Amino acid sequence: MVVPNPEGRISLAILALGGQGGGVLADWILATAEANGFIAQGTSVPGVAQRTGSTIYYIELFPAVGTPPVLALSPVPGDVDIVIASELMEAGRAIQRGFVSAGRTVLIGSTHRIYAIAEKSARHDGRRPSERILEAAFARAGRFIGFDMDEAASRAGSVISSVMLGALAASGALPFPRAAFEAAITAGGIAVPANLRGFAAGWDAAGTAPTSLREQPTEAPAMSLPAPRSATGHTLAARISAELPPGAHRNSLEAVKRLADYQDAAYAALFLDRLKPIADLDDGTDNHKLTAETARGLALWMSYEDTIRVADLKTRDTRLARVRNEVKAGDAELLRVTEYMHPRLQEVCETLPAGLGRFILSSPALRGRLERFFQKGRHVETTQLRWFVPLWLLAQARTYRRGTLRYQEEQHRITAWLGLLTSIARQDVAAATEIALTQRLIKGYGDTFERGLRQFGLIAAAIESRRNAPGLAPLIATLRDAALADETDTALLQALAAANIGVVSPAIA
Amino acid sequence: MAERSFKKEVEDLRLGAGDIFHGEGILAVTKALLQSGVAYVGGYQGSPISHLMDVFADANSLLTELGVHFEASASEATAAAMLAASVNYPLRGAVAWKSVVGTNVASDALSNVASGGVTGGALIIVGEDYGEGSSIMQERTHAFAMKSQMWLLDPRPNLTSIVDMVEAGFQLSEASNTPVMLELRVRACHMTGSFLAKDNRRPPLTVSQAAAAPVRDTNRIVLPPANFLHEQEKIEKRWPAALAFIAENKLNEHMGPADGDIGIIVQGGMFNALNRALELLGLSDSFGNSQLPILCLNVTYPLLPSEIAAFCAGKHSVLIVEEGQPEFIEHELNTLLRRADLTTKLYGKGVLPRAGEYGAHVLRDGVAGFLRAAAPALAPPEQAPIVPALAPADVPQRPAGFCTGCPERPIFTAMKLVERELGPSHVSADIGCHLFSILPPFNIGNTTMGYGLGGAGASAFKPDGKRAIAIMGDGGFWHNGLTSGIGNAVFNKDDTVTLIVDNGYSAATGGQDILSSNALNDDRSTRHPIERAVRGVGGNWVRTRTNTYDVAGMRDTLREALTTKQAGPKVIVAQSECMLNKQRREKPLVAKAIKAGKRMTRERFGIDPDTCTGDHSCIRLSGCPSLSVRPNPDPLRQDPIAHVDNSCVGCGLCGEVSHAAVLCPSFYKATLVHNPGRWERLRHALRGRIIASLQNLQARSLAQRSF
Ligand code: SF4
Repeated sequence: MVVPNPEGRISLAILALGGQGGGVLADWILATAEANGFIAQGTSVPGVAQRTGSTIYYIELFPAVGTPPVLALSPVPGDVDIVIASELMEAGRAIQRGFVSAGRTVLIGSTHRIYAIAEKSARHDGRRPSERILEAAFARAGRFIGFDMDEAASRAGSVISSVMLGALAASGALPFPRAAFEAAITAGGIAVPANLRGFAAGWDAAGTAPTSLREQPTEAPAMSLPAPRSATGHTLAARISAELPPGAHRNSLEAVKRLADYQDAAYAALFLDRLKPIADLDDGTDNHKLTAETARGLALWMSYEDTIRVADLKTRDTRLARVRNEVKAGDAELLRVTEYMHPRLQEVCETLPAGLGRFILSSPALRGRLERFFQKGRHVETTQLRWFVPLWLLAQARTYRRGTLRYQEEQHRITAWLGLLTSIARQDVAAATEIALTQRLIKGYGDTFERGLRQFGLIAAAIESRRNAPGLAPLIATLRDAALADETDTALLQALAAANIGVVSPAIA
Repeated sequence: MAERSFKKEVEDLRLGAGDIFHGEGILAVTKALLQSGVAYVGGYQGSPISHLMDVFADANSLLTELGVHFEASASEATAAAMLAASVNYPLRGAVAWKSVVGTNVASDALSNVASGGVTGGALIIVGEDYGEGSSIMQERTHAFAMKSQMWLLDPRPNLTSIVDMVEAGFQLSEASNTPVMLELRVRACHMTGSFLAKDNRRPPLTVSQAAAAPVRDTNRIVLPPANFLHEQEKIEKRWPAALAFIAENKLNEHMGPADGDIGIIVQGGMFNALNRALELLGLSDSFGNSQLPILCLNVTYPLLPSEIAAFCAGKHSVLIVEEGQPEFIEHELNTLLRRADLTTKLYGKGVLPRAGEYGAHVLRDGVAGFLRAAAPALAPPEQAPIVPALAPADVPQRPAGFCTGCPERPIFTAMKLVERELGPSHVSADIGCHLFSILPPFNIGNTTMGYGLGGAGASAFKPDGKRAIAIMGDGGFWHNGLTSGIGNAVFNKDDTVTLIVDNGYSAATGGQDILSSNALNDDRSTRHPIERAVRGVGGNWVRTRTNTYDVAGMRDTLREALTTKQAGPKVIVAQSECMLNKQRREKPLVAKAIKAGKRMTRERFGIDPDTCTGDHSCIRLSGCPSLSVRPNPDPLRQDPIAHVDNSCVGCGLCGEVSHAAVLCPSFYKATLVHNPGRWERLRHALRGRIIASLQNLQARSLAQRSF
């Protein structure tokens, strides 16, 4: 059923999210059609979907011939001529619901993403792949006009609804000239100049939109390798090319760059000292994945986020510039920046010399007395001297970092992790690679960090108990995924139970 | 102040004979009411009839001119009781609400008015919230019409039919002394179209004239012995009168050929979808020229036995297209066929789905099934179903959620934090925006028992340690929560915690004012604090929090309510203005002030990409649409980082959450000062200089050790 209606009826569905102006777009289309000799009917079921959910607006147009036609109130799968989707997954939804028919439907869709709550609330990367949708769009639509309409709108200083109208006009799917659509915007009388700008942007972009999947711009362009710019940099880079397999070069270069920034060249050299023995055990599988992933995990772990690091990052000049840009601060406007910091006694002690920090933390009386001062979050205004200066001073404590309690603790954990990794790598490179990847659990601050550490400990203990059993690599992967599945340890404990692994006290913590 | 302004639509209400009215279905009804000489209108807002209420609320001057009385009723029960004015006086009155929920609330008054009967035409406009996009239980209003013997109109979905049916509804009501229901489905309410307008008519008798000359007739009061009389009257007088009126005025329509072996009987509201289905099967065209005989029931209750018998006689098979369940019409048709001794075979739910909305594609398949059984020659060839190009998992669901900056969000963030400390509680939810809490990311709420019934829904829990929590919106509170929730809890010495979300408007239905609205409204009396009402019915432990964004404060109050030793209900009123309304009010003012050179500050939040590690705890405690994720710019980290986009309204929740939940130091608040004073500028520059020089030192050290 892919033939258009013989009597000239045109059916059009708009899929939009609450607040994207789907209703406004529908009104413009209805007005354009009515002004150009068509009978037009629009409907929708807004309801609660108006609030951020997805809504379908449905329009039927019919050439006015005297007798009033009988028009339908909802789109019929297989019988829709034009689909306009305000976001990529909404285009996907239209395809899924059967509104997009090969050989007939013109699909006009924005390729940008607005992530659904399930995608963005995942503990790791919950985003659904865009390629599937693009693939289906090119394969299923009679014609697919897709580009980032959100970006086009913000470049034009307009809203996405007017860009979509422009793209619709340019598609030629409706028998009305450009001026007819623009007249509808003008007659609407709301934000006319901005809407006309958006319309023009949509019109232009539709003309140059990719016509096949191959032309579609890929999301992340490959980044170039970091190049050394200092004497230390050259020394470190030389060591990398001499000591490490090419597959691990990118991550290792990024790692030494990061660690030199984090601490100093000696710390970056320590990284290479630690990585070398692993590289020596790597059998080269998957382009030396073991070494590459260990490099990644090791660099991230070695650059753990302590108070010194946070103070350092927050006080840099590059950071202030970035904020200005991010919040689109104009030249005439003053910018004040407030940080939300909540240092607990724990973190403060961790920044103290190890002996002192440990002493306070192990004395309940002292703890109780001091904890009172660290109950509340602080509004730290980094554009004020009284906050900036102390923070700046804290950043300078970097040179004393090696003496802090946290440094000792983290180095201890890193050594234990590398120890486990090395001993497994001797017998099972695939399993060792999974151990390297499991470093992913260690991230964040406070409770988040501790949860990751605890889960990592459970998995490490499981590895110890199964070190000679077959299928170790997939088991680690399963446990890691389970650990990331929820905020509690429920899924992980279930996965451990399913694998018949008793929970012993964590080996690394 | 309602979400949408209806100034233009109010102008359309003034159109006269010969003008073309252009607009939404539900607005066509408003115009039709005025054309019918309605004397009074009431109702309660809710999708899909909110716009009817909003337009009338904005049309005060026109209504005054015409002598029409309009009330934004306190509840559907209030609205239904208003129809009492049509019992003794020849006043035409109309009330409107969302159904089936509104009809549930109204049914006590409806039963009474239906029992005593009416003198003036009484029209009940129900927006049938059924099928896609619906937010309520899937039931039919049809049952209410049957049980109270009120007549049910279900016009074809085009504006002319709907408008004609409003006028006919009043006449039918008067001819049969019975209230009449006009059922409009969601899509029909929001459908655009046009019709030829008529002049508005002043009611021949206004409500004030009626009040000045009271009439009393004890026979119209539901009290023995009159109540028994009413039942007899319904059967002996009103029912036959209705049948006669419907037949004489041909309210139901015949389409297609006069005769045939098979035919279709359809609810008026389903006609357009049926015609599209027939078109797709090659049995009709765009103009409704069906090749099969169709009986279109614009009146779905009562049915005319003679009309049904005449249509079915000579046909061996007839299909009834009836959306929803139970299939009341199908049952009745079977009875009528038996009584008429006809052998016509009736198809209905056998070939159509028993439940769910009937779109044209559903009807296409259903009619095809009917044809295969009853007229195989006309049946389409079987088609292989089209394989979907995408699997369900490819496209994520998008449940509705709180808007950007919504003041209700921090309340649930606080609840989440308390849940972490004290463990989960049983939570009885209500109706309103706050019900989004049951969806991700909050996942809070166990049941919802109806509007204003959040408190009552928790009343069975007599806690022995752990208290149940009830939630109500301000809309639900005034609808009936004050009595059924708070009053009940006080009287029964319940120990539950009730959280009342006071955002200043009936926000979920479009931002209408209510008793406790902070806004001054010329036509209504507002600013009646909820706390005073609670104390008035004997609530002693009441805390009003005037800033829901203070998450730590909310959390502490909630914790206190859950743990205090004091007996009796604990009530927390959580106040902050609905952000949608606030933005609408303030945005233009701020823009104007900035243009005029006034000092103004604007806030929004941001996240430092280099300290964010991509755990997304903040998102799990918020769900704000402006707080999303983006690819990690860090070449080594893989999980996407959290990101605040430019639509952030700077409500402050992000910062409060990272404090209260001790999350991470990545959030920052950027305050932009427009038109700063000279002194401020100078100080800022001076500070900037010192900061820059310290940053220089830092940059130099960085350069020294850098890669
Ligand atoms: S501060 Fe956070 S919660 Fe509030 S509007 Fe901005 S992104 Fe949303």
